[in-house]
Amino acid sequence: MKYAYYPGCSLECNAAAYDDSVREVADLLGVKLQTLDDWNCCGATEYFSQNELVACAVIARNLALVEPQISQLVAPCAACYLNLKKTDRLMADHPEINAQVNECLAAGGLSYKPGRVTVRHMLDVIVDDIGETAVRDKVVRPLEGLKVAPYYGCQVVRPVADGDSTEYPMKMDRLLQWIGADVVDYPAKAHCCGGHMTQISEPQAFELIRRLLQCAADHEADMILCMCPMCQLNLDGYQARVNGFFGTDFNLPIMYFTQMLGVAFGLEPKKLGFGKELVSAMPVLKARLGER
Amino acid sequence: MTAHTAAKEGSFLAEVIEATPNGERLVHCLQCGSCGGSCPSGDEMQYTPRTLIAMINAGDRDAVLAANTMWACVSCYFCTTRCPQEIPITDIIYTLKRMSIAEQRYHGTDAPALAKTFTDFVEMFGRSYEAGLATGYHLLHRPLGMVKMMPMGMKMFFRGRMAPLPTKIRQIDQLRAIIKKAKELSKK
Repeated sequence: MKYAYYPGCSLECNAAAYDDSVREVADLLGVKLQTLDDWNCCGATEYFSQNELVACAVIARNLALVEPQISQLVAPCAACYLNLKKTDRLMADHPEINAQVNECLAAGGLSYKPGRVTVRHMLDVIVDDIGETAVRDKVVRPLEGLKVAPYYGCQVVRPVADGDSTEYPMKMDRLLQWIGADVVDYPAKAHCCGGHMTQISEPQAFELIRRLLQCAADHEADMILCMCPMCQLNLDGYQARVNGFFGTDFNLPIMYFTQMLGVAFGLEPKKLGFGKELVSAMPVLKARLGER
Repeated sequence: MTAHTAAKEGSFLAEVIEATPNGERLVHCLQCGSCGGSCPSGDEMQYTPRTLIAMINAGDRDAVLAANTMWACVSCYFCTTRCPQEIPITDIIYTLKRMSIAEQRYHGTDAPALAKTFTDFVEMFGRSYEAGLATGYHLLHRPLGMVKMMPMGMKMFFRGRMAPLPTKIRQIDQLRAIIKKAKELSKK
């Protein structure tokens, strides 16, 4: 199956490790990702805060750019995923929004029929389309003894989870079991990382980050695995600031689920973007999985 | 009778409903408080979503648009998925953000400035610009905070996670034409 691939702005640089590992893992699993040509930013939450029509029109340009022979668009970032999915849904359910958005697209010589493209998250593609047998088949280095805490964040599982629970999702838990990891069951797994609040109110954002790190640490996680670049940035990039703010001493590597999938599949850590995280994953990988 | 007609014409409630997809669910609020109880930012809010909805119903337009509730919202959607009446609460918060920005009713928050800086870069390049946000927005709005950000910024830079310049899309003119049209249509 061939999918259009929408990397999103974060994956170009800040979350290049996610992009690299998504591509490597997809390649190995036979998921054909064709990068959407000349895609634009989804606007994150910032357009919806200012103008709903502009928000939808900016997002819909990407849906309109998907080649006619491709019907599925994969986004690895939670905000991109929700924006693309939400816009398609708004256009499908509200004829007046559809008409207006298409009038905007027409100004750029484009059009989009709602429902033509199905928006997917990378986790759903791997778990639902590739499935357990094919994933297990590729494992050459099971992550036995490594305690990983799956972290879902918000916008992939809410407001609508694709075949999962909005309260207590399990898809990444299952996937990580397939690759032999010791999956940590902790109540904060779908709580908020603070999103863009680090830029607006640090005390508020740091408290949300602290709660997550604390919960994972209390449940003895060796590392947290993310499925969104914003979550990774907040938990990893701000971990030192959060420690300074609260006097805590968290030292939890925050990786992407695709990076650890790649490790289990025997791919080179370098190719999977290891080393870009601020809290290094190498010490715990060496301790739990042995010298490489 | 549709739910929509339960909001009195010309009322603030009707205005919010009109501006929100599926906003007509708002009239079904039971004041159960599931939203406020689920909110990770509830402690930061002057009024929890439940209270804010009661204020919308009461037509307390000025207080609602000046509230900090919207700016403390992190868009986690717990309120929306837990609402037993299927009220799109997060989307209503977005509507109130738009109204508050349009009428400049907000105060004590840099969130609208962040939103504006972010989307200005999108209109310039077609992509978001993290280094630009980290410098432009912070320099203007939180110069002291920028000093605290430096060690992290440097680490990000040396790990190749901060590009000095963003990518620009090829068909930026097409995107700008689409945005221009959207802005025109939303003024009508």
